[in-house]
Amino acid sequence: MNLYRAELRRLGKRRFVRYLVAAALLVLVAIAVGTFLGNQKIGPAAFAEAERTAEAEYRAGVEWAEQWRAECERSQTGGAADTNRFPPNCADIVAPTRDMYPAEPYLPATFTFHREFPTTLYIFATLTTLVFFAAGASFIGAEWTSGGMMNLLLWRPRRLRVLFTKLAALLTGALAVTAPAVLLWTAAHWATAVWRGSTAEMTAGAWRSVALTELRVVVLVVAAAAVGFGLAAIGRHTALALGGVLAVLVLGQSGLSFLADVTDATYPEAWLLPMYWIAWMDSSVELTDWQTCAGQPGCVPPTIELTWLHTGVLMAAVVLLVSGVAAWTVRRRDVS
Amino acid sequence: MTAVLEISGLRKTYRSRRRGVRHAVDGFDMRVEAGQVHGFLGPNGSGKTTTLRTLLGLVAPNGGRMAILGQPVPQQLPAVIGRVGAIVESPQFFPHFTARDTLSLLAQAGGLAPHRIPAVLDLVGLADRAGERVRTYSLGMRQRLAVASALLKEPALLILDEPANGLDPAGIREMRTLMRDLVAAGTTVVLSSHILGEIQVICDSVTIISRGRRVTAGPVAEVLAAHSGGGLRVRLEAAADLPAAETALTTADGPPVTVTRHADHLLVHGVDQPARVTRTLAAAGLYVSELTPVTADLESVFLQLTADADADADVDQTVAADQTGAGR
Repeated sequence: MNLYRAELRRLGKRRFVRYLVAAALLVLVAIAVGTFLGNQKIGPAAFAEAERTAEAEYRAGVEWAEQWRAECERSQTGGAADTNRFPPNCADIVAPTRDMYPAEPYLPATFTFHREFPTTLYIFATLTTLVFFAAGASFIGAEWTSGGMMNLLLWRPRRLRVLFTKLAALLTGALAVTAPAVLLWTAAHWATAVWRGSTAEMTAGAWRSVALTELRVVVLVVAAAAVGFGLAAIGRHTALALGGVLAVLVLGQSGLSFLADVTDATYPEAWLLPMYWIAWMDSSVELTDWQTCAGQPGCVPPTIELTWLHTGVLMAAVVLLVSGVAAWTVRRRDVS
Repeated sequence: MTAVLEISGLRKTYRSRRRGVRHAVDGFDMRVEAGQVHGFLGPNGSGKTTTLRTLLGLVAPNGGRMAILGQPVPQQLPAVIGRVGAIVESPQFFPHFTARDTLSLLAQAGGLAPHRIPAVLDLVGLADRAGERVRTYSLGMRQRLAVASALLKEPALLILDEPANGLDPAGIREMRTLMRDLVAAGTTVVLSSHILGEIQVICDSVTIISRGRRVTAGPVAEVLAAHSGGGLRVRLEAAADLPAAETALTTADGPPVTVTRHADHLLVHGVDQPARVTRTLAAAGLYVSELTPVTADLESVFLQLTADADADADVDQTVAADQTGAGR
């Protein structure tokens, strides 16, 4: 328990971690404030104004169509029809109808919580995942490179206990920041919806869906921290974790994509990590096998559903593998 | 006496595809008695630091036995580490933490109460700058901080690898005083250093390692006596008489002696009794103004022993190569 408390304190004292988390929170606050300021509530006046704009646009469209048709007829009467500019039959130029100009596109931006909040969670998840991956990698990587880890082992020689206690402290820190942050993020966007948008359609089921997505975001952040930590523990350097992930994302994914392409794999997108990311955030994603219907009009391509459960299994496997290799490396390798 | 540290037949081998097999420590033995300052000497790459790292559980040995405070290590290291303070090689600390934070985190990790932190900072002369970040410290100050971290545990055994690194002469003297005080308080100190004069002054006993093997060990006085060669320095009232004295000594009856003439004195080796020199010279009408045994210092003994070990190893390798060649 002493070691755990000491590691929690150490995590809190790390300047890199502090600055990184503070910068991420500032970015999130800026986005939330920007969203609040960039939206407004739609009242009858705003709707009437949008209707007026739509009507004006409709009239302009009708006028333009009539002018064009007149020019077309003049051109055909003169015997020098410009086939590139006008259709063969000028009657084909018809004026738009009123229903083609709804008022909605002319309304000012408004924040509809039910529709737009899940999208903002993507931003939140991306930022916090990256931050805690880097923080996790630095928490042990910098300790190895600075000699702090060796000093600690001179006090606590049970290496695995040290490794997993540090990891526990890191995950506690990640949880302690991410869980309140996601709640504040929700509250901020709810406030935006109340004062600058709409909270309609937020039924109990909708709230349940939001809560589950947020829970998955927190799990993702914790997993990213553990993977960053594990990779840096294996390489004994922060840069190894960052480089390793970059290699997997760029080279690995390009390679898998190419392999799926040359082997004519069904559902090639199932090889790509972004699909798993989308499945995790949206709870599921549908993949379509377009190859089956190539050149067959009317064919309905088969689909499969990738769910958050698939992503969860993949994530758990990666975390377990990286942590296992890290534990083996830390236990077996000499400290020199 | 009780042994605080015992190493027997320690082996550590590194295997690398590029460099092949290297025996960093090869059957090394060491014994440190309680209440002593024990010097641990060896040239660069001789296996000193590997031995200390192995002892402290940082490096896994390939063979041999080790014990600290009577407990076998690395098996029982967690049980005794609380009574062992150590710094290994150059001190490294997280640069953005203050000295106080560094010690406080170590103390908390080790389950120690923080009340000793001000005391050890004061002991190593860092109390005034304890609130500053370690990155602003000089090498000497980092060294002091490392010693402070080792002292935090109130250790029964203190292992210091090059503790005088980066210290100014005043700092070295303070460190010497500190070690004497610690030993007086019952701590045993193992001190690895390249400053041989310092070791000679401060240590009760030494172990010298070369090429991973012990070349000598024992109380400092005994090690020096064993390698002083039994020479005598002879001065006469008149330096002009030195040639005559040389002749008298080399032609005297009894076992043959070796005489080396210097500008103002003679060095005589192979003399069984110093009285034989005075008697022989007096008989020749030459009068001795100084007759002192030539004592070796630790530096010369160290250089001699480590050079011998290198030569032996070279011979061993030549013989091995010859045998390999003969076997073909």
